[in-house]
Amino acid sequence: MTDDNSLEIQIQDKSVTIPGKKVVFDEPMPLDSGIEIGPIEVSYQTYGSLNADKSNAIVICHALTGDQFVSETHPITQKPGWWAMMVGPGKPVDTDKYFVICSSVIGGCMGSTGPVSPDPKTGKPYGLNFPVITIGDMVRAQKRLVESLGIKKLFCVIGGSMGGMQVLQWAVSYPEMVFAAIPIATAPRHTAQNIAFHEVGRQAIMADPNWCHGAYLEENKVPRAGLSVARMTAHVTYLSEPALHRKFGRRLQDRKNLTYGFDADFQVESYLRHQGFTFVERFDANSYLYITRAMDYFDLAEEHNGMLADAFRDSPVRFCVISFSSDWLFPTSANREIVHALNAVAADVSFVEVQSDAGHDAFLLKEPGFHETVDGFIKGCAERWFNGRSDRKGGQG
Amino acid sequence: MAAAIGKVAKGKIMKHRDITLRTDLKLIADIIEPDSRVLDIGCGDGALLDHLTHNKSVSGRGIELSQKGVNQCVGRGLSVIQGNADTDLQYYPNDAVDYAILSQTIQATHSPRHVLEELLRIGHRAIVSFPNFGHWRVRASLSLAGRMPVTKSLAFQWYETPNIHFCTINDFFALCEDMNIKIAKTLFLDQKGQQKNLIFPNLTGQQAIFLLDRD
Repeated sequence: MTDDNSLEIQIQDKSVTIPGKKVVFDEPMPLDSGIEIGPIEVSYQTYGSLNADKSNAIVICHALTGDQFVSETHPITQKPGWWAMMVGPGKPVDTDKYFVICSSVIGGCMGSTGPVSPDPKTGKPYGLNFPVITIGDMVRAQKRLVESLGIKKLFCVIGGSMGGMQVLQWAVSYPEMVFAAIPIATAPRHTAQNIAFHEVGRQAIMADPNWCHGAYLEENKVPRAGLSVARMTAHVTYLSEPALHRKFGRRLQDRKNLTYGFDADFQVESYLRHQGFTFVERFDANSYLYITRAMDYFDLAEEHNGMLADAFRDSPVRFCVISFSSDWLFPTSANREIVHALNAVAADVSFVEVQSDAGHDAFLLKEPGFHETVDGFIKGCAERWFNGRSDRKGGQG
Repeated sequence: MAAAIGKVAKGKIMKHRDITLRTDLKLIADIIEPDSRVLDIGCGDGALLDHLTHNKSVSGRGIELSQKGVNQCVGRGLSVIQGNADTDLQYYPNDAVDYAILSQTIQATHSPRHVLEELLRIGHRAIVSFPNFGHWRVRASLSLAGRMPVTKSLAFQWYETPNIHFCTINDFFALCEDMNIKIAKTLFLDQKGQQKNLIFPNLTGQQAIFLLDRD
């Protein structure tokens, strides 16, 4: 096991050194597909301090294109952390009180083992020899990380979108290790529509000749066009029609008239192209294939003969499910399905649908009522969790 | 008045520890046995659930229509989901709780009879409170002024009221008889929101609280 303060990662055709911690597990890890992978590395960041009895840990699970840089300037994009408004001193996930852990998922490209990592058998990047992983596998790796930090039980697990899937997986696979769970803007399974959009993205990547059947790193090529189109398609699903209209309408980009050509006449086109263009500088195309696949395979009810409620039977976990009214990727109805399954087994659950016109991406924003809900739920849970313990404040003391 | 609990009766406020409870909620709280399981439908800001949790070690859950109400409840550490009596009760298992409470909400449901069935499927007992449409002020408004009543406890004009299924105390007795529901207890509040032993509750009672049992 190692634990450094910087790590080297491969982004497209270049090697980059980023800050962060890493732990290596030599023992192979079994995957849901039935095969084993090892050794595995997990890169992560922490915020705040772990208290004496290690009872104040919160795990944050990131979404499809998120990473471990939750609450600090991103080392590659130089933008604020993706959840800086939610996580920090005095924020709903208060780093003055809690020890916050966020790791990059396996299969990703931010330091945890993934398709860019060297395959121990060949010494070359795994590429498509990387095994197909699941949300369950991502969480299995996170559990190893948490245990390596000497933490027996997490105070809370929180995340949105694919992060919400991991939160649900944590609660279902390791209920004894989770006191409270906050799945946000998520679903108990990927629907046909969800899978369809991902397939469009994957086909865009695979249709790019620079993808080289997954071996682009060895060929010194980057499937920029394909990955960029994948990102553009996905980005549309993260927004709502009203949000797009408010931001762009039919306004033209730096011109007074239509050009009667295929330039980015409209602001919305220019915006999407920019999204795609910047995304390829920080994300790996094969990782995109693997992670979208993991989401497609997610179906919590599957292991329980299609009975979602059975996944939660006798769960001691306190849940707070949050959805957003204009989210059509993981709509309120999908989140309500989770709530109804929890109700059916009389589990401890709270649920709020936050009014927002920002679409799926609302979970990254400070929508009115959203942060208040998270803040209130965490404080309410803290009262119960720390009252039975010696460290009553749950702070750093 | 669905989910608008605070707007109903402005009776005597009772202070218990640091929690203030409206009189009708206090009366409901008094009915509930300690250490029981409770589902409060239309729980508003969670005042009753909070009181029951802290003073009767009740294990409580709630359903509330408004985001604001749910936020207040969650902030108090209560387990409350955003939903409503017509659509969300079906997901709760049989015998989930000892008491299913529907306070000042039944008149705003689409299918009061069905909701009542659901309450007694989910709870061993149900507690239902509602404004009495047979109260003399309501009758006077209709018969003398010829106008739909707007009173303190029914504070909406006909065109904007969420209350779509009004009933009188006698109507409610009749429905319970029709559904073979056993009435274990009744409490009536006068127009000041005080509990009284009224001789003609259907005429002088402004609110009613019923404790119901399965037959």
